[in-house]
Amino acid sequence: MSELNAFRTEVREWMAGHLTGKFAALKYRGGSGEGDALPELRKEWERELAAGRWTCPGWPAEHGGRGLSVAEQVAFQEEYSRAGGPGRMGHIGEGLMGPTLIAFGTEEQKKRFLPGIRSGTEFWAQGYSEPSAGSDFGNIKTRAKLDPETGDWIVSGQKVWTSLAHLSDWIFVVARCEEGSVGRNGLIFLLMPLDQPGVDIHPIKQIGGGAEFNSVFFDDARAKADDVLGQPGDGWKIAMALLGFERGISTLGQQMSFQQELDLIVEVSKENGSDRSPAIRQRVAYAWTGLRAMRYLAMRVLSDDQSAETRREALTYKYQWSNWHRDLGRLAMDVLKMDANIVADDPRRERLQQMFLFARADTIYGGTNEIQLNIIAEQGLGMPREPRGKL
Amino acid sequence: MLEFTPDQQMIREEAQRFLREQSSSEAIRRVVDTGASHDAVLWNSISRELGWCAMAIPEEFGGLGLGATEVAILMELTGARLACVPFWSTVCLAAPLLQSAGSEEAKVRYLGAIAAGEMAVTVAYADLSVADPAATVAVKAIRAGGGYRLAGKVAQVIDFEVADVVLVPAGLEDGTTALFALTRDSGQVVTPLKVLDATRSVAALELTLEVSAESRIDDAGVSAEQFQRALTFANLGLAAEQLGAAQGALDVTLAYIAERVQFGRTIASFQAIKHRCAKLVVDVAETRSLVFGAAQGVGTSGAVESALEIAGARVLASDLQFRAAEEAIQLHGGVGFTWEYDPHLYFKRAQASAALLGAREAQLDRIAASVFADGGLK
Ligand SMILES: Cc1cc2nc3c(=O)[nH]c(=O)nc-3n(C[C@H](O)[C@H](O)[C@H](O)COP(=O)(O)OP(=O)(O)OC[C@H]3O[C@@H](n4cnc5c(N)ncnc54)[C@H](O)[C@@H]3O)c2cc1C
Repeated sequence: MSELNAFRTEVREWMAGHLTGKFAALKYRGGSGEGDALPELRKEWERELAAGRWTCPGWPAEHGGRGLSVAEQVAFQEEYSRAGGPGRMGHIGEGLMGPTLIAFGTEEQKKRFLPGIRSGTEFWAQGYSEPSAGSDFGNIKTRAKLDPETGDWIVSGQKVWTSLAHLSDWIFVVARCEEGSVGRNGLIFLLMPLDQPGVDIHPIKQIGGGAEFNSVFFDDARAKADDVLGQPGDGWKIAMALLGFERGISTLGQQMSFQQELDLIVEVSKENGSDRSPAIRQRVAYAWTGLRAMRYLAMRVLSDDQSAETRREALTYKYQWSNWHRDLGRLAMDVLKMDANIVADDPRRERLQQMFLFARADTIYGGTNEIQLNIIAEQGLGMPREPRGKL
Repeated sequence: MLEFTPDQQMIREEAQRFLREQSSSEAIRRVVDTGASHDAVLWNSISRELGWCAMAIPEEFGGLGLGATEVAILMELTGARLACVPFWSTVCLAAPLLQSAGSEEAKVRYLGAIAAGEMAVTVAYADLSVADPAATVAVKAIRAGGGYRLAGKVAQVIDFEVADVVLVPAGLEDGTTALFALTRDSGQVVTPLKVLDATRSVAALELTLEVSAESRIDDAGVSAEQFQRALTFANLGLAAEQLGAAQGALDVTLAYIAERVQFGRTIASFQAIKHRCAKLVVDVAETRSLVFGAAQGVGTSGAVESALEIAGARVLASDLQFRAAEEAIQLHGGVGFTWEYDPHLYFKRAQASAALLGAREAQLDRIAASVFADGGLK
């Protein structure tokens, strides 16, 4: 325990010593609804983190990480958030691509891609969703054709809702590599540079006014022969494994920013008198309760307990936090009363408004509420699978 | 991180197996349909043979010296099977009060007997729902001769008819509170009450009697803080029981809908039904996490925060238990409305438990007071 405290102190001191000067402007920025805020400075911050060896600290040492224990990774995430550490530009690379490469990549691929992620110099985007393949992810239409001369894959199609693609260097793409295949079969997992002929990125303006996500068009764009992860046909398996990494350690750091939002709601309510409303007080207390429950659920999920019950309940985590957060947005607006409608110059109000708007996406991306409930019912409770149509 | 130790896991599995057999639907019916106060055979096994009552009692008083987590585990499982035994009243209501406010002599005597499984004990709190523990006293005690004259009425005492001993908090003339222990034959008037939730008996107590000085068992008066500590434990136990009862109602429902066929398929295959079951799993996971997370903090340096988490756990557990029970009735359809099927047992228990120890609003008010206090609660 005391070792862990010493580690916490180390993180805290490092953050205090580095999130200053020009980086002070990044404090508490780049979170909900502003994933594309101050991109250049935030990329620079990633390199600053890397210099302190704080990128990818959970990766094994042989891949450039620190091989931290789960408890240490949690402590890092919490202290990072507590210090106001900005939203991570590198999180898709660090949290999704890296672990997937470590699990499925060739030695050569690991050598080529891991250092760029670790050093905060190469940023990744996730090319899964398509206009007709959202929840029905198996309905992917983007095609990858083998170029017999070079062994490269020629890619055509459209990805959509691709977060941060306009600020990224690489994208991983799931595409259909077998003509006529359907569903999970015949898919390929490709690593592609975004800066190449045949790739067109169009930012899409979002509900909050920003443009964090994009449409990405591929018109005979190229994935090098060496940049297939796994074998052609393994796409589904790798894509699913990658999604598994999504439910990770960062959840406890995320909770720290939820706590900050709740604190902000309390602060604002005291200022404008909303705190005198018994109903508001009860809702704040209820939100606090949910946050504490979320913390212990995360701790259970991250523990070594592999019982069927814990595995089942681990499936509920996404549903719980996203719906809790959506409700928190509503509470924030009720606390602001009529001011909620006035575009804010007060940064605290702006943060709450953005949170309110962006939280609507929490229950959509990473598996919608409905898909989450299907997963819990089918995988958790063993209830019958959804019937599928013939379209 | 948060997980059960191998020992706790073992306690859990064995208790689950035992209760599934011994607190079957038929066993519950034998109590409910005959108006019995409890399942005497089951209670005998739990208290004497399995030693569950000894779990959280310190070793110096003959207990096993385990903690809140073990008690919460057992409460969850007794809740799941609606076990008709005075386990909560003895272990979560009475024992913690004895521990926090009892004299050394009283602890040796009563905690020892509870640990040995020889005694069911309950507490005659005036109002189990008030937030302020000092206001849980409805009986007056006046010094008379070498002892005390007790007078007062307590509207509802849980498991009174089963209890060998009832602890009675009573107000003295000087404004302090004393704690008395009365055995069955002390001369109190006990009126069994007809209850909606017949899985747990309730009786009214009326006192106009003189008792000896020895029946006073507190150690220099009972403070509000001591009441609070005991009630915190009672709340934890109840939250765990409610969680278990919700899981029990869900289990009963899952079993039914997997069999019932309409429109040529099991009703469990309809998404409208799957999603509602899945939603209950979400709430079960949330509540279970908070119950056991909070249990970990009982008696530690984080006890104040843990007490607030327990208040929150009661809120989540009350909401969950009611919803699980009402969904059980709804998803059973017509048979869900019958006496023959079990959902109504869970439903009545849900209503009764939610009303105990402070309604959801009172629990939230307590939390809010801390969250909005200067410096706040993080
Ligand atoms: C902010 C944001 C960032 C994103 N970032 C990325 C990214 O970086 N990369 C990426 O690949 N994707 C990304 N996505 C896309 C996201 O994964 C999809 O939006 C999501 O999977 C849902 O797909 P859809 O939008 O096509 O909705 P649909 O699948 O069309 O769903 C519409 C509605 O129908 C419901 N529905 C669908 N199927 C069922 C069913 N079987 N049963 C019941 N109801 C059903 C859904 O729950 C939803 O309510 C992002 C989305 C958002 C909002």
